[in-house]
Amino acid sequence: MRTNDRLLLANVSRRRLLMGMAGGSALVLAARWDMPLASENAQFGAGAMPGGWVDDPNVFIQIDSDGTVTIVNNRSEMGQGIRTSLVMVGADELGADWDQVKVRQAEGDHSKYGNQNTDGSRSMRHWYEPMRRAAAAARLMLEQAAASQWGVPVHEVKTQVHKVVHQPSGKELGFGELASRARELEVPDRNALVLKQDNELRFIGKETGLINGKLESPHPKAIDGEDIVTGRAVYGADVPFDDLLYAVIARPPVYGATVRSFDDAEALKVRGVEKVLKVEGTGQPAGFSPLGGVAVVASNTWAAMEGKKALKIDWNLESAGENAGYTSIAYRQSLEKAAQSPGKVVRHHGDLDRALESADKRISATYYMPHMAQAPMEPPVATVRIKDGKAEVWAPVQNPQATRDTVAQRLGLDTENVTVHVTLLGGGFGRKSKPDFANEAASIAELFNGRPVRLQWSREDDIHHAYFHAVSVDHLEAGLDGDGNATGWLHRTLSPSIGSLFAPDPKHKGEFELGMGFNTMPFDVPALRLENPPAPAHVRIGWFRSVYNLPHAWAIQSFAHELAVAAGRDHRDYVLDLLGPDREIHNLTVGDGWNYGENPDLYPIDIGRMRAVIERATSEAGWGKSVQEGRGLGLAFHHSFVSYTAIVFEVEVDDQGGLTILQADIAFDCGKQANPERIRSQLEGACVMGIGIALQSEVTFKDGVAQQDNFDNYLIPRMPDAPKSIRVHLVDNPQEAMGGVGEPGLPPVAPALCNAIYAATGKRIRRLPVGDQLKG
Amino acid sequence: MATLTINGEQHELDVPDNMPLLWVIRDVLGMKGTKFGCGMSQCGACTVHLNGTAIRSCVTPVSAATGEITTIEAMADDPIGSKVQQAWLDLGVAQCGYCQGGQIMNATALLKKTPKPETGEIVDAMAGNLCRCGTYNRILAAIERASGQEGEA
Repeated sequence: MRTNDRLLLANVSRRRLLMGMAGGSALVLAARWDMPLASENAQFGAGAMPGGWVDDPNVFIQIDSDGTVTIVNNRSEMGQGIRTSLVMVGADELGADWDQVKVRQAEGDHSKYGNQNTDGSRSMRHWYEPMRRAAAAARLMLEQAAASQWGVPVHEVKTQVHKVVHQPSGKELGFGELASRARELEVPDRNALVLKQDNELRFIGKETGLINGKLESPHPKAIDGEDIVTGRAVYGADVPFDDLLYAVIARPPVYGATVRSFDDAEALKVRGVEKVLKVEGTGQPAGFSPLGGVAVVASNTWAAMEGKKALKIDWNLESAGENAGYTSIAYRQSLEKAAQSPGKVVRHHGDLDRALESADKRISATYYMPHMAQAPMEPPVATVRIKDGKAEVWAPVQNPQATRDTVAQRLGLDTENVTVHVTLLGGGFGRKSKPDFANEAASIAELFNGRPVRLQWSREDDIHHAYFHAVSVDHLEAGLDGDGNATGWLHRTLSPSIGSLFAPDPKHKGEFELGMGFNTMPFDVPALRLENPPAPAHVRIGWFRSVYNLPHAWAIQSFAHELAVAAGRDHRDYVLDLLGPDREIHNLTVGDGWNYGENPDLYPIDIGRMRAVIERATSEAGWGKSVQEGRGLGLAFHHSFVSYTAIVFEVEVDDQGGLTILQADIAFDCGKQANPERIRSQLEGACVMGIGIALQSEVTFKDGVAQQDNFDNYLIPRMPDAPKSIRVHLVDNPQEAMGGVGEPGLPPVAPALCNAIYAATGKRIRRLPVGDQLKG
Repeated sequence: MATLTINGEQHELDVPDNMPLLWVIRDVLGMKGTKFGCGMSQCGACTVHLNGTAIRSCVTPVSAATGEITTIEAMADDPIGSKVQQAWLDLGVAQCGYCQGGQIMNATALLKKTPKPETGEIVDAMAGNLCRCGTYNRILAAIERASGQEGEA
């Protein structure tokens, strides 16, 4: 039995504890529940999130008498595979047969299900432990039920796959047979739970499926896999209704503009159009509220879209103020100019001015990253039905509780009277963290008592009215000594803030924005100053997968390469020196009060782990090998969402400037891994998305109006743009607390690719996207 | 009145001639496996077969959809389509999955015409199908697997 090698939690630090687990000791949750697990201190992690965490098995696990195990997934599924991975964690701890496991998607309810805001690469790192405890409690209840039925002590029974056995007698009872008796039992105290040892696990941490192009072993079937390939999977626009109305909205072309008047005569002539109505916007800041505009309601989506085309709307651009003059080229120039002057200092040490003045060589560079739209393949869509003072929402939302709260507020209902059903998300990438589209649908549905109204965004709507990834200008200067070592480092970052979405424009990045790889910059430089001059927002600025890590990593990793080149040194050797000795950096020592919301004792920035991913990626890529003319290797790395990523690209650029990405080698350390199969898929996907950020994707504005419309001019990667080969090298670090997975793969992609382009061509890219900069 | 044959079943429909096939399939017939992604033949999420050829239903007027229309819902009964689906499952291709019905329709049409396509032929044939999750390398591997050419690339 497992009683001999118990390890008490309360007396050891979390990191030591996890090492103990890896060493084969069972985890017994301590008698006193005052020592938080990795993510559960009330100050940090899941404990600090709205709604916190819940580990009640009665909330998450249901076992039917036919043996069916239903596990509730409380996080939104947007392609990261959480409906498979989190449920697999529960099934593994419970001992369930995977073929008899079903999933029920939780409706939006923080008070019941804990935090559901599927954002920030938090789902697994915050829910792994509560899910294991909920499942361990359910397993103990099954064991207690069996023991009581057989009249034997509970320590004589043990769970095997989907059954409980009495070892001395060989008697067995299936989960289904035990379900009704187990259900009557009290939920055991957390302190009585014994989690499985690693060698008892069947799924957690196991490598399965496709590994770098080879199918090594079958992976447990994905929960939604068959439904996806057969067309049965239900996304936002796929929920069936008998009496559905279809709506679209013509929104103001400029952020903050309003409807002065409209003429719907032609729209109403379109066959199928039933009603045209004005949707009130709430002005600026927009938050998650509608932008306003004119809605067309019809008997099918196409009629609504045709009706919208026939509308004549007189927009009041004056209400948009300066936004109506927002033009990307001028804005970029204004930020580049502002980047030449000092800004708000957010971190500094040493005498930077003196370091720069006394340097043997001074290097400076300014980098630009444009606006981008998340552009999930499924455009925003939501259905709302309001009946008898209650509203129901069916929508692909990353943040179901925010959807519930904002819709309730909009409709003047108590939150309890709003139900949010979360469908599958056809991609999210941060766009669907903002439930503006559900609020739009609610505003329209108010006029159609009892009838469901589905609001569909077109692709043009999605690109014109995204919550855009912020434009960023990053200016860096460094001084090098005679050996090429950096003695001083200045970085000014300028971007509009997401804060502008919720409050009067702060014009400076907030703590969580600076904490995304800017003030947490890990290089060990004697003199350093990090500044954040102001930058106003003129459009809705919002989260885009990995958020401000994108421009910060792009600028810092490009600049580090420029320094290596200036020093005449190998890039890898140079950055390993620049990182300094292996050490753990506490976020507060670098002016970061955020640390992705995690406990800095569990999640310091660990330079040794950073070094390890750099060494792994470069060694797998054959760094230093001789390559033919026109080819080159490029490296970049970044710490984000408390995980570590390094990427090496090998590229070829032909005489006409045509780029071929031959290979990507990605080394990734997220600490403990739950489902390596989906970790690999996230890293592969982030690599491809990042290539689009580097090469193609840009939304520009002229007079406040987005100039791109659809995938013909807002470019995202297609199959020919993908690397010939993507290899993901997982650095297994099970003793470390779990890090994020969905986002950390993205930030180093663009700089690694541009560094590779430099290695192949000698051409330095400082403005994204690369576009046609390699031609001529 | 339009007459449509979808997955072997005939439908008499009172819809405008210029209504795109996509919206007839989704909103009128209630078949939801065919997806809206762009509305202008840029992304391939709406791909169906017309007489065995992959077409973009979002830009195909219903009046032009004369012949046998096949959608993702019928692929499980198609000898090549079901192989493609199985390869997708084996290799864990899908992430969010929204585009994958269209990808499978396009891949199946390719393999019907070219049972053993070379890598370059696959890349060319699939270039019109967008996947924002970036699953292209697995899509390519799955098409090679479905065509019995696994690992030959």
